[in-house]
Amino acid sequence: MPITINISKDFGNEKARSSQWYRENRHGYQAALQAFDSTPDEIIDIVKASNLRGLGGAGFPTGLKWSFVPRDSEKPKYVVINADESEPGTFKDKYIMAWDPHRLIEGTIIAARVIGAHAAYVYIRGEYVRPAEHLQDAIDDAYRHGILGDDVLGKGFKLDMYVHRGAGAYICGEETGLLESLEGKKGWPRLKPPFPAVEGAFRCPTILNNVETIAHVPKILRKGAQWFADLGCERNGGTRLMCLSGEVVKPGVYEMNCGSQMYELIFEHGGGILGGKKMKAVIPGGSSAKVLTAEEADCAMSIEALQQAGSMLGSGGVMAIAEDTCMVKLLQVVTSFYAHESCGQCTPCREGSGWLLTILNRILQGGGRPEDIDTMLSLAANMQGTSICALSEACAWPVESFVAKFRDEFEYFVQHGKSMYAQRQLEAAAV
Amino acid sequence: MPTLRIDGQEVHAEAGTTIIQAAEKLGIYVPRYCYHPGLSIAGSCRMCMVQVDDAPKMAIACHTPVRDGMSVNTTSQVVLDGRRNMLEFLLHNHPLDCPVCDQSGECDLQNFYMEHGNYQSRMLDNKVKKRKALPIGPHVVLDQERCILCTRCTRFCSEVTKTHELGVFNRGDRSVIDLNPGKTLDNPYSGNVIDICPVGALTEREFRFQCRVWYLSSQSSICTGCSRGCNISIHFNKQRSYKAGGKRLQRIKPRFHPDINKWWICDDGRFGYEFVDRDRIEYPMTRQDGSLGYADWEEALDRTAQAITQALQDEGPSSLGVIASPRLSNEELYLIRKLFREGLEVDNIGFRDPWEQPGFQDGKLILPDKNPNGRGAKEIGLGGDVRSILERAASGEIKVLYVFGHQFSSEEAFALLDKAQCLIYQGTNLGPAQERASIVLASATFAEKDGTFTNFEGRVQRFQAAFGPIDESREDIAILLDLARRLDLQMVYQSAEDLFMEWFGKQYHELHEHGEFLPQEAAVG
Repeated sequence: MPITINISKDFGNEKARSSQWYRENRHGYQAALQAFDSTPDEIIDIVKASNLRGLGGAGFPTGLKWSFVPRDSEKPKYVVINADESEPGTFKDKYIMAWDPHRLIEGTIIAARVIGAHAAYVYIRGEYVRPAEHLQDAIDDAYRHGILGDDVLGKGFKLDMYVHRGAGAYICGEETGLLESLEGKKGWPRLKPPFPAVEGAFRCPTILNNVETIAHVPKILRKGAQWFADLGCERNGGTRLMCLSGEVVKPGVYEMNCGSQMYELIFEHGGGILGGKKMKAVIPGGSSAKVLTAEEADCAMSIEALQQAGSMLGSGGVMAIAEDTCMVKLLQVVTSFYAHESCGQCTPCREGSGWLLTILNRILQGGGRPEDIDTMLSLAANMQGTSICALSEACAWPVESFVAKFRDEFEYFVQHGKSMYAQRQLEAAAV
Repeated sequence: MPTLRIDGQEVHAEAGTTIIQAAEKLGIYVPRYCYHPGLSIAGSCRMCMVQVDDAPKMAIACHTPVRDGMSVNTTSQVVLDGRRNMLEFLLHNHPLDCPVCDQSGECDLQNFYMEHGNYQSRMLDNKVKKRKALPIGPHVVLDQERCILCTRCTRFCSEVTKTHELGVFNRGDRSVIDLNPGKTLDNPYSGNVIDICPVGALTEREFRFQCRVWYLSSQSSICTGCSRGCNISIHFNKQRSYKAGGKRLQRIKPRFHPDINKWWICDDGRFGYEFVDRDRIEYPMTRQDGSLGYADWEEALDRTAQAITQALQDEGPSSLGVIASPRLSNEELYLIRKLFREGLEVDNIGFRDPWEQPGFQDGKLILPDKNPNGRGAKEIGLGGDVRSILERAASGEIKVLYVFGHQFSSEEAFALLDKAQCLIYQGTNLGPAQERASIVLASATFAEKDGTFTNFEGRVQRFQAAFGPIDESREDIAILLDLARRLDLQMVYQSAEDLFMEWFGKQYHELHEHGEFLPQEAAVG
């Protein structure tokens, strides 16, 4: 199946960074103009019908999310774009911001038009220096050409757009942690409800979407909901940017129709596993997603199909794992990330993530005990459904699935004090 | 008003309140660390999770609003397991230095572990090391390892005092509470963070290593630091008086009052109890050959009665002056009125130190009048001109001057006192006025007697003796009743309660626990 080029067409095309080029060659800002001639409800209905889902990880239907914003509220309203993209294995949003920033700006204008927001913030992770610069350049360009500012596209609508750079915390990609950080506070997630649609930025009604989600909106408006829905599969409209990494020949971002096959991504586009090895497992949606065995991973890439396979499509970060990779070491790498990034606000995540890492470190140093494996499983169980945000689960799911599916590797390591794949283990240690 | 069921019991709760509050109405205590009724909801300790209806996930009781028809379970196996698991997490990096921790005995980690934990430790690895025994202000010591990061203290400093001294730093299991840059925890209410800290992370510098809390007894009292009338508990050590240099009063804690002080008291009130066990007048004294020396009560009171009788015989009631104290109880002030004004027909009775300047106030709890019962003394009708009484004592017009409690702080007052012919001083502590007296009668502090104070807004509140008067000192009422007997005055009172009955028309147990406002007739009558 050929790859559908929908929003990744201009990745690598420097000209696309100019608003003029975008207007002349990509029907740029026509959808935004169209949005001003439609009512907010019409736009929401189109987005709903397009089956566009949140592409940041949770997969919530975008049109439905927009409809929750109380538009009659007397408070100011905000559009916030989540560009924190910090789930390991995910690197798609930066391409949009760096190569095709006007698509994001246009989508933002449409979202702002829907709820009557006059300020929009792009919360971009601190490490994305270049993408932030390109986005800022594009925003400046848009202001110069009357696309942003006091009179957006001559429609008498005011919209200011700001790039807010984060300071490098995973938790600030969690939507309410992001909002706290945006407001200048410590990025601690909020208790929910209320959700951001009702009480978001500065406790005002807010649309909060991922970069890729918003970037899809202009084309949906221009070409119609049906066109977009038809690109994907049932309940998963359009295409999405899949981030392929791990031990594959050609890692990178591949735009694929929703519902395409995982194996097509890994073996056809990605060229299979390095060195002609066999594939052992796949982490399908960013490192927090539960790991799938090679057999389980032979499924369609839709939110529901991955759920059925026992994992999640998440942020679209697919990581392929070769047959001789030590799952104990890999789990330690994943867990050390979450233990480092746990914000420390609520108990199960703060203590559980650190505890899991201590156990894994001890196992890796050869000091594992037989009871460690069950202790890890029970800690992971106690970390689920008990915390303020999903980071606790993000830390627990890998532990649970790695141990469940590759228990023999863990038992071997505990028993022998070294990996089943000792040679690879040495290499990993050298890294 | 929504009606819900908690553990099978039906309860009506105000709309907008939460499960934890509704449970409290039924007397069901849901374990909690971060929740405090006086602070915003943090929802971070995850200790108060309960089962709501058939929801697959448990909900935190502190943040889940009540709903009509809701069914809550706080005792199911799932809930109990949840609590045990959360305790395991909370104790995972906790140092367990209970043997040297001041909080030991009143620690919610200990309490809930005994109630809900009781598991075998699965911890095999080293705990995260943090900083210990950090003095972060004049009254508070921080131990970051003991801290469970409930953030009650940071919320107190940002929401109640709005001084923002404390914050949470770092992430994950390296998270610590610490001072914000350039700050010290020295706001006038800093001591409250010690009370609200559910563990031993914040301890009191004054109380550190003084006494294990299980040796302490508690008595309800009223703060005497200003005219606010904050409700307090006196914690005292009766059993082990040989510890801590014989200090009986070990610490003062706030006691909840919905309208006066909520859960808080100021540091001046909390730490201003030194006078109870220090520099006390321990026995009656009389002046012989120019210097004050021990006298027994018979002798001191005989000489007092003699001096008063002599003055009355020679020159009548106008030769007597009485300076009562706004630190005395309503009962004592009422007895002073009965004895001196109605019994001996003395008119020269005042109570207010004219040199006393209004003190610090902050628009929160702290009021400028640093006496607990100025309002009571005024209402009981003892508001004579103290300066004029002192001047007439100095000029010899007043022969016998009876001073209660005042030490005065002005040279002008001392000069006048020096000229008085006969100064009778009845008070609790050594000081400049006492030094100038001819007869010294040793009386009891607020911690050693029963009574009531009337606060600035006219609310009459009861305080109770935590322990008896020090050494040979006696309660003011006992001293005055003995004196009345020597002056052949008929007094029917046996106790402070008798006086209160006559003055206020109620027995102590009939007085509302949050005090009662003074009716107009009681004030006049």
